Amino acid sequence: MASETVIGSLRQQIATCESQLQDLKRQLAEVEHQSQQRRTNLALEQGVHTIDDPLAFDFSHGIHDDFKSEVLAALAQPEETTPPQRRWPLEANEYKRYGRQLIMPEIGLQGQLRLKNASVLIVGVGGLGCPAAAYLVGAGVGKVGLVDGDTVEESNLHRQILHSTAKVNMTKVESAMIALHSLNPNVELVPHQGRLTPETALSTLQPYDIVLDCTDTPASRYLISDSCVLLGKPLISASALRTDGQLMVLNNPPLPPGNTSGGPCYRCVFPKPPPAESVVTCGDGGILGPVVGTMGTLQALEAIKVLTKQPSASLNDPAPVDHPFLLIFSAYSSPMFRTIRLRTRKLKCAVCSAHATLTPEALNSGSMDYVQFCGTVGPIDALSSNERISAENYAKVRLNVNPFTGSEPSKDSHILVDVREKVQFDLCNLEGSVNVPFSAVTSLPVGARNGRANESNPEAVWVSELRQHADKPIFVVCRRGNDSQFTVKKMKELGLDNGGQRWIGDIRGGLLAWRDNVDREFPEY
Amino acid sequence: MPDTQNEGTIKITVEFSGGLEMLFSNERKLSLYIPAIDADGSRSNIAFLVRHLCETFMNDPRKELFVLDDTVRPGILVLINDADWELEGEDKYVIEEGDNILFVSTLHGG
Ligand SMILES: [Zn+2]
Repeated sequence: MASETVIGSLRQQIATCESQLQDLKRQLAEVEHQSQQRRTNLALEQGVHTIDDPLAFDFSHGIHDDFKSEVLAALAQPEETTPPQRRWPLEANEYKRYGRQLIMPEIGLQGQLRLKNASVLIVGVGGLGCPAAAYLVGAGVGKVGLVDGDTVEESNLHRQILHSTAKVNMTKVESAMIALHSLNPNVELVPHQGRLTPETALSTLQPYDIVLDCTDTPASRYLISDSCVLLGKPLISASALRTDGQLMVLNNPPLPPGNTSGGPCYRCVFPKPPPAESVVTCGDGGILGPVVGTMGTLQALEAIKVLTKQPSASLNDPAPVDHPFLLIFSAYSSPMFRTIRLRTRKLKCAVCSAHATLTPEALNSGSMDYVQFCGTVGPIDALSSNERISAENYAKVRLNVNPFTGSEPSKDSHILVDVREKVQFDLCNLEGSVNVPFSAVTSLPVGARNGRANESNPEAVWVSELRQHADKPIFVVCRRGNDSQFTVKKMKELGLDNGGQRWIGDIRGGLLAWRDNVDREFPEY
Repeated sequence: MPDTQNEGTIKITVEFSGGLEMLFSNERKLSLYIPAIDADGSRSNIAFLVRHLCETFMNDPRKELFVLDDTVRPGILVLINDADWELEGEDKYVIEEGDNILFVSTLHGG
């Protein structure tokens, strides 16, 4: 442990030094660039007066002196009185850096200037926020704010492309700042360390023109949307899980609550939060890097579109209205993309309608509990203590005597059922365990040995196999110790405990506890 | 399910996205025939379809992951021919031959 701390601290110091070094290099480059420009200007100025200059030759032979001095004054003026950066709207390096997008009619000089004058807040610097930030900083958005309260973990790296192996344990905001600064030092980066809360949301969002929701919980999605409506900011919201992604541009145009021409908000589309037990996280459901990367990239694209949108040429010819839409990305479906027309603002929306009840004061006071609004799944405690066994005690069962039944040690003194899905079971499992995927457990009809269980369903097969060895106690294990409890109850419903004669119970804390307390080499994923 | 069209049935496509397919034997797309008239004698609408899907196609007993209070649960968007069902009259929308009904569960990961 001690050496791990030292390694972590050294890595952090190296990263900090690297960032300082990069900053110094940038400053040096800027100073060198400026002095080079000064030398060039000086040479130009002097050149006008030398006899080698063909213009000067022409002027000396046959042009009236008064006119000559006027022309010379005009020629010399831009160099003498105006600093070089005023001569062109963008810096020399910006023409080069952004040249490939500048020559596109969608951007052009005006679009680039709009980006340069714009500010974007990115809430969440994970799988969505990393690519979104990279493209927006790369494109030359003037100011980019980053909000996140987490630190970089190894399991983030396959998709969170601004973070890297050396930056594990560093805060995500700090890690992203280093990567983004080296990508484009022209952009002002603003760190907002910590999670967005109702009390801090309005003051955090206020200075920005547009907000990207790159978070991963329903509570934060409602909070960000509500804040955007109250502050009149367009919101680009995306999410991803497994092989699917979704994207919406909300509150666009960002008109005041009650104005039905404004774009719908998150609450218009989803007035009520989903039941907490239906919400699956990337940690539990899985996520493919390019899937979430695609969604984050699309968020950057939509932000660029909103920021560079040209105002209508005349009042009689208003700019075309963007219809609200939901983009659905399904990596393994054909076609992969589809766009769905969304509703307009809901007439009774609690936040963006004329009947809105949410006020900035209520939000700032902290009286709005978004976590409670969305509900939480508390720690599951479905079993009594004599139906559960700790990982350490189960390890003794495998070596010694079952503390509950007193039966003799033996490989097949008991049955160990692992209810993780097959793909996880195949990653790593305890020797001798039997895999019954949790989906097979849940898909059994409630309350019954009847009906469908008699058909040739695979779930009926595992049930009858367990029924065959009526003497052996059954231990159920899963990843974290939740699904195993549900399974124990289900097995008892099915009568597998022979009216209480056979012990059925679960391993508390699942394979995570097994790894932490018994076998440190058991893979953690 | 019968694969041929009978008198009084309409053919529609039902799709699931955002993880809902897992409640329907991992089928993302179903082509099915439903009665044009429901048991009460009125023309089949989305409310009927939701009940029909629950009873006939949903293997998972956790019905609450699809329906709540007799309609689709919060967090599921119903899209009729690629438009939000709110634009079409929600669950009272009368289903027509060839309609595409998509159920999308919101995702929250990021
Ligand atoms: Zn609204």
